[in-house]
Amino acid sequence: MTAFWILAPIMVIAALGILFVRKAVHAALLLAVVMISIAVLYAVLEAPFLFAVQIIVYTGAILMLFLFVVMLVGVDASDSVVETIRGQRVLAVLAGLGLGVVLAVGLSQITLGTVVGLENANEGGNVEALANILFSRYVFAFETTSALLITAAVGAMVLAHRERLTPKARQPETAAQRMRDYAEHGKHPGPLPSPGVYARHNAVDTPALLPDGSPAPTSVSRVLTARGTVRSAPAFADDIEDVKAALAGPDGGASSGGDQSAGSGYNTENPSTSAETRESTPGGEEPEVSR
Amino acid sequence: MTDVTPYIVLSAILFTIGCVGVLTRRNAIVVFMCIELMLNSCNLALVAFAKQHGNLDGQIAAFFVMVVAAAEVVVGLAIIMTIFRTRRSASVDDASLLKY
Amino acid sequence: MLNMSEGGHIPVVDPTGTDGISSLLWLVIALPLLGAAVLLLAGRATDKWGHWLGTLMSAGSFVVSLLLFVDLLGRDEGDRQVSQHLWEWFSVGGLEVGFDLLYDPLAALFLLLITGVGTLIHVYSIGYMEHDPRRRRFFAYLNLFVAAMLMLILSENYLGLFLGWEGVGLASYLLIGFWQHKPSAAAAAKKAFVMNRVGDMGLSLAIALMFVTFGTTSFSGVSAAASGASENTLTALGLLLLLGACGKSAQVPLQGWLLDAMEGPTPVSALIHAATMVTAGVYLIVRSNFIFELASTAQTVVVIVAVVTLLWGAIIGCAKDDIKKALAGSTMSQIGYMMLGAGLGAAGYAFAIFHLLTHGFFKANMFLGAGSVMHGMNDDVDMRRYGAVRHAMPVTFLTFAMGYLAIIGFPGFSGFWSKDKIIESALADSWLVGGLALLGAGITGFYMTRLMLLTFFTEKRWKDDVHPHESPAVMTVPLIVLAALSVLAGVLLLGDWITDFLAPVVGEVAHHDPPLPALAITALVTLVVAVGVAAAWFLVGKREVPITPPQDVSFATRAARNDLYGDAINEGLVIGPGRHAVHGVTLADRRAVDGVFTGTAAGIGALGTVLRRAQNGFVRSYALSLLGGVLLVLLALLAVNLV
Repeated sequence: MTAFWILAPIMVIAALGILFVRKAVHAALLLAVVMISIAVLYAVLEAPFLFAVQIIVYTGAILMLFLFVVMLVGVDASDSVVETIRGQRVLAVLAGLGLGVVLAVGLSQITLGTVVGLENANEGGNVEALANILFSRYVFAFETTSALLITAAVGAMVLAHRERLTPKARQPETAAQRMRDYAEHGKHPGPLPSPGVYARHNAVDTPALLPDGSPAPTSVSRVLTARGTVRSAPAFADDIEDVKAALAGPDGGASSGGDQSAGSGYNTENPSTSAETRESTPGGEEPEVSR
Repeated sequence: MTDVTPYIVLSAILFTIGCVGVLTRRNAIVVFMCIELMLNSCNLALVAFAKQHGNLDGQIAAFFVMVVAAAEVVVGLAIIMTIFRTRRSASVDDASLLKY
Repeated sequence: MLNMSEGGHIPVVDPTGTDGISSLLWLVIALPLLGAAVLLLAGRATDKWGHWLGTLMSAGSFVVSLLLFVDLLGRDEGDRQVSQHLWEWFSVGGLEVGFDLLYDPLAALFLLLITGVGTLIHVYSIGYMEHDPRRRRFFAYLNLFVAAMLMLILSENYLGLFLGWEGVGLASYLLIGFWQHKPSAAAAAKKAFVMNRVGDMGLSLAIALMFVTFGTTSFSGVSAAASGASENTLTALGLLLLLGACGKSAQVPLQGWLLDAMEGPTPVSALIHAATMVTAGVYLIVRSNFIFELASTAQTVVVIVAVVTLLWGAIIGCAKDDIKKALAGSTMSQIGYMMLGAGLGAAGYAFAIFHLLTHGFFKANMFLGAGSVMHGMNDDVDMRRYGAVRHAMPVTFLTFAMGYLAIIGFPGFSGFWSKDKIIESALADSWLVGGLALLGAGITGFYMTRLMLLTFFTEKRWKDDVHPHESPAVMTVPLIVLAALSVLAGVLLLGDWITDFLAPVVGEVAHHDPPLPALAITALVTLVVAVGVAAAWFLVGKREVPITPPQDVSFATRAARNDLYGDAINEGLVIGPGRHAVHGVTLADRRAVDGVFTGTAAGIGALGTVLRRAQNGFVRSYALSLLGGVLLVLLALLAVNLV
């Protein structure tokens, strides 16, 4: 019972968490907690086969499926806390409490008696015993289940399948489309620029710099822009200035003839700083490492 | 011999929480998760009763529940995907056109 | 008081099979039926010779009837009932009805009357309907009528009689409405049909009651078992049969249709609504003598109905200016005499049939004469525009005069013998009934003289563009034959031949001593008639006749012109309340019944409008109600467990 008393509060808290967390991913993770705990309880209840199946099927397959869908739908989508249906939340809580009370009263009415235990049933091994029952008494249900699974698989394919409405665009068509976009909207026909790559810094979240020193917004992923996690090159420039100042403190200035290739890219909305940094660009990874 | 009553009580609590979750959450995926929670709580009760009675039928039943739940999840998630694809929303409240 | 049956022997119908000539019995019906079928089914192909075929079929039927009659006369008196089993009509449960024909002295006389007068009227119609484009159809209907009437007369059971009864009703409807383009004719046909249905209901109920009581509807079966039935049953049977007879014979209270029926062509009025069909009621009562003899109450009712009708019809006849309607009133009155005879029981049956025969002759004669006059007067029926026609139509006048003398009972003429006998029997039964019958005879003398004077005497009143002329021979020959019969039919009574002849059917005439010597009664009747004739002479013949009927007349005249308000009585007693009842029922149906239905539907609809708000499309709401249901079930289970 030790395992039970440890796991039970965790499970209840995790389950309640599912009710309150706003992001689906968190709910899925909390559900995983509950399911693994239940698997452990299965083991305690002398059901080793179900323990394995619970881990493999539920936690391994079904929850992964949930996570896939959450990712597809949008991991950052979160529920609004405002209830749209009037009285729904209150009534739901009341009904839930009512159900709990009824179940509690119902449980208080029964006496389970002494536990028989599964020692006899599991004598030849739990899996063998289960197999004996499954392929004898429940064989018809088992076979029916296979039909159900096949049907589910086919159904999922049918539902997820998307019928192609237009002919697939081949290379000539895509090339023609690019040229048309260039002619009509002035959109660059070539590939998008890659994000910034610097001597001290190599990251997809920092935009590349154009020849005139301005950052290229198309060089970073839309998603990162939307999240607001794009770094700006001038910010690095400030960092470098600080580092340079720190380094130059004792020996009275850094080598001003450092590698210009990285430093020249700072730039940006702030011309004054860009002009300043152009002069003094540090090189090397030391500042980052030191951080 | 250990008593299985606490397991049953735990199962009831989880089931109730799952119920309330289904009723209050609006994200279809979370609603679905709450349904899984309810199914799991039932499984727990089944396995506990199997031990109580010294009979493996309860475990077999739990096993079948798992299989059916797997099939259900596959189809259900496919439906959610399809709805999301067309409506750009996974809220169950948005799919409320079939009414008076 | 009126019960004439005490101690009398009631004859039982017990026919023997047919052999020899009598096996031709079926041919009597089959011939006119064949004629009607050919004329109706072959359609226009028979337009050219259809009237000849119809006449030929009727004449053939008459010839067969004559042969049968001769054959019957050659038999022993106790052997004069023959029946012919044609086939089994139907058999349902305990009811087995054969298509049987019965030929006995009663049927024999009717057969001769129907086929004989019928043939004469067929011949007459050839001339009368010459210019009608639908003459062939007219003859088809006439043949149909003759066949149905013969079926009525010859059937050995009440069901077959009912078949013929309905058949003549149909033919009557078709022929009254023959000129259906006239709204009045169509309405008259409908009126006759509907009022006849009332009577038919009585007859059909009587048949059903017979089946319930006796288990059979054949005359032989019923007559054999009648004495074993209770008096109440027999009274009910008698009253129901009387209702049927009233409908068909235009007796009060179902008399209203006969006057309107004169909208039909005149030969129809002569054949159907004077000579034959309307006497079917009399036939029914005489034929059912084995029931009426045992139900004295029903007999009394018959007498009451008869007396009321004979006065009713006579009074109407006094005021009508339409020659055919005056004759129709007379017909009603004369049938009243026959019913009176039939109601008197064994003493009067034979005389009722006797009067029926003579009336058939002289009334057909007069109707055809009236038709002949109308034929010559551009189909005008108003007697006020006739006058002094005797010079232009000598043959019509003379034959009509024979009929006139016969109906008023001029000594020696047929009507004299037959009416005299009925009045004598009535007087023997009761002073009151006899006195009223006597009064009726006086009124008959009055209205017939008035008719005669207005039509053939007084000064000429027709317009200049009317050229009265004698009808062609095809029309006058039947008139002459009928006139001769009107004069001579009295010979049937010679040596009490007719009563003896009918005795096997209706029983011996129970001899009752009349309160006065027979000769004195005859003198009294003649005197009363003479008074009536004289009154007419002084009131009509001696004065100038205005062409438009005067309006400042006495109440009695106005009432008589309005058929004694028979239609108003019907309207007030039956149609009005019926209409109100229908109106009320319709209203109740619309308000109450429909109200309940539409109200329930509207309520459910309103409830649905409210309840459909629950269908808000939110899955979570549905899930909540689902959980609520689960909770309820759980609570119920819990409650059951806890208690």
